[in-house]
Amino acid sequence: MSDGAAPVLDVRGLTTVFHTRQGEIHAVSAVSFGLKRGEVLGVVGESGSGKSVTMMSLVGLLPTPPAEVRAGQVMLGTRDLLQMTPQDLSAVRGAKVGFVFQDPMTSLNPVFTVENQICEPLLRHMGLTKPQARARAVELLEMVGIPDAAKRVKYYPHQFSGGMRQRVMIAIALACEPDLLIADEPTTALDVTIQAQIIDLMKDLQKKLGMAIIWITHDLGVIAGIADRVMVMYGGQVVEHAPVDQIFHNPQHPYTRALLRTIPTITGQREARLSVIEGQPPIMTAPPTACPFGARCAHTFDRCDAENPQRRAVDGQAVGHGHDVACHWSAEARHA
Amino acid sequence: MREAVSDLVQVDGLKMYFPVYSGVLRRHSGDIKAVDDVSFTIRAGETLGLVGESGCGKSTLGRALLRLYEPTAGRVVIDGEDVALLRTEALRKKRPTMQMVFQDPQASLNPRMSLSSIIGEPLVEHTALSTAQRQERIYELMDQVGLNRRFANRFPHEFSGGQRQRIGIARALALNPKFIVCDEPIAALDVSIQAQVVNLLEDLQDKLGLTYLFISHDLSMVRHIADRVAVMYLGRIVELSPRDDLYARPLHPYAEALLSAVNEPDPVRARTRQRILLKGDLPSPANPPKGCNFCTRCPKVFARCLSEKPSLFQVEGGRQVACHLYDPAKPSAGSTGGFPHPKHLQQGVSE
Repeated sequence: MSDGAAPVLDVRGLTTVFHTRQGEIHAVSAVSFGLKRGEVLGVVGESGSGKSVTMMSLVGLLPTPPAEVRAGQVMLGTRDLLQMTPQDLSAVRGAKVGFVFQDPMTSLNPVFTVENQICEPLLRHMGLTKPQARARAVELLEMVGIPDAAKRVKYYPHQFSGGMRQRVMIAIALACEPDLLIADEPTTALDVTIQAQIIDLMKDLQKKLGMAIIWITHDLGVIAGIADRVMVMYGGQVVEHAPVDQIFHNPQHPYTRALLRTIPTITGQREARLSVIEGQPPIMTAPPTACPFGARCAHTFDRCDAENPQRRAVDGQAVGHGHDVACHWSAEARHA
Repeated sequence: MREAVSDLVQVDGLKMYFPVYSGVLRRHSGDIKAVDDVSFTIRAGETLGLVGESGCGKSTLGRALLRLYEPTAGRVVIDGEDVALLRTEALRKKRPTMQMVFQDPQASLNPRMSLSSIIGEPLVEHTALSTAQRQERIYELMDQVGLNRRFANRFPHEFSGGQRQRIGIARALALNPKFIVCDEPIAALDVSIQAQVVNLLEDLQDKLGLTYLFISHDLSMVRHIADRVAVMYLGRIVELSPRDDLYARPLHPYAEALLSAVNEPDPVRARTRQRILLKGDLPSPANPPKGCNFCTRCPKVFARCLSEKPSLFQVEGGRQVACHLYDPAKPSAGSTGGFPHPKHLQQGVSE
């Protein structure tokens, strides 16, 4: 596994539906992606685009029912997570895959000390004794930059500020030195100056520990600063996937382009008026038969209604390895 | 005097303290100084952006302006009347001129009221319109904010976040206000919806001549919408500058750090730029530092900062900065010994 090119994670055709009283919601439709060791994959999309559900499906964190992972293969190393028993899967979570969620206050248990919560995965997955685990907990807190760690390890979550709590979450996630870290909007609830601290910390730790990171966010600014590759999701599908520079400097999908145009910046030309994407994101009540972005797309034509576009490489590399996009317009404009 | 006439909002020495009681006898043991001695003006038709991190007091300031809180001290003159002094009935009469758009459209709309009764409520309270006239006005407001008239009898839960925010805006507009406090109106919305709401606010301002206080932590959106920007830190305004000046060259060390921390959607810039990483967290507003509020985290702190609170100094081009580095009476170069002139400092850090 020390080979830099070995895939840590390989996801194929992941499909997740929710059973609701109003019928089925197709939250994730045939999503495929991979991740190499030491790589950061940024996942961008609006609420309801399926980005979080995709990652929760990977590791069986969705309540079933109402959720159902209907199809797909999720290879972590050599094992398919979707075929595992719940017991095996829970051994994987925490040990091989770490999580950092958006809101550190709701993901930490308020009635236990931080020490208790960092030691839990160490005792469970690493087989450490209690004194070893306690010593390791202090080390971990020091690693994530909490001053006076030996004392603070006895604190309860409410005694930490938001940024410090997120550092504690990161310490817990990294406790067992996972191969993969899934960070779901880890900086969204934080202020910009604290955000900057956390992003720098994560970059540092990643260099040191070499794990792969999936970083889910709706903030393109954060993605630009941390990701190696970016996956743009819309309506439960991957609409564009490319190295980070390509996404920002050569976006192909009309949604990616529009998204980049709607966000104002603090440097460069100030737009007199923001460009907008009219309309609302779709609610996928059926498997997609047309382009999910069709209703809001400026370039839509007959074929977009008739057929859901498949991902197609734009730079000659295999889909999922270079730059690919799921769009009829960009396909036909290119070949015209 | 011309200046005074065109200022719609004048705030002078506004303080908003929340008392802290402790001990068995619940004695008054201190105050949370959420807003501490804040002064500024907003010209008619202008948008003043108010930025700062959570807990800096920006929302409290917005609410105190509209007297949703009883200010501890200070004057808040809105359209010629000191709102902080008005008695109950006079204040009620004043309410139509000053309105608010809240952050969370889910929480600020009553789930049991239909859209038309939400928008119509201020009309019932403050006007003598007949039912038919009121319905006509409701439709007119719905048109203005881009809500389909067919939705008039629907309930908040049937709308998306962006549409709910439009309902909140229509309600704020119902009584033809002059001044609207927008408290993080787009923070709860998706990126593609944020632009729609901001454009709507700008259109309405052009059409109706509204004056906004736009409170936000999103510095790039504030750059888009505001004419001037006030930066708050721990209850005080640290810098108030015209928008372009602030973004081109922030003066206050905190404003500088805040701007450097913004994540720009450009991977090339993200790799090359120099961030000013602030150490530590915001101090508690119940127990702010003795000197400058920012002295515990400031990269340019010197002796005077630890003992004396800087007031807002006027510097070039109508800019105001609360920092000893910019004190015109005591140039910092002389008093610190180790520190060069602020101009040099500026060049040294920003890239």
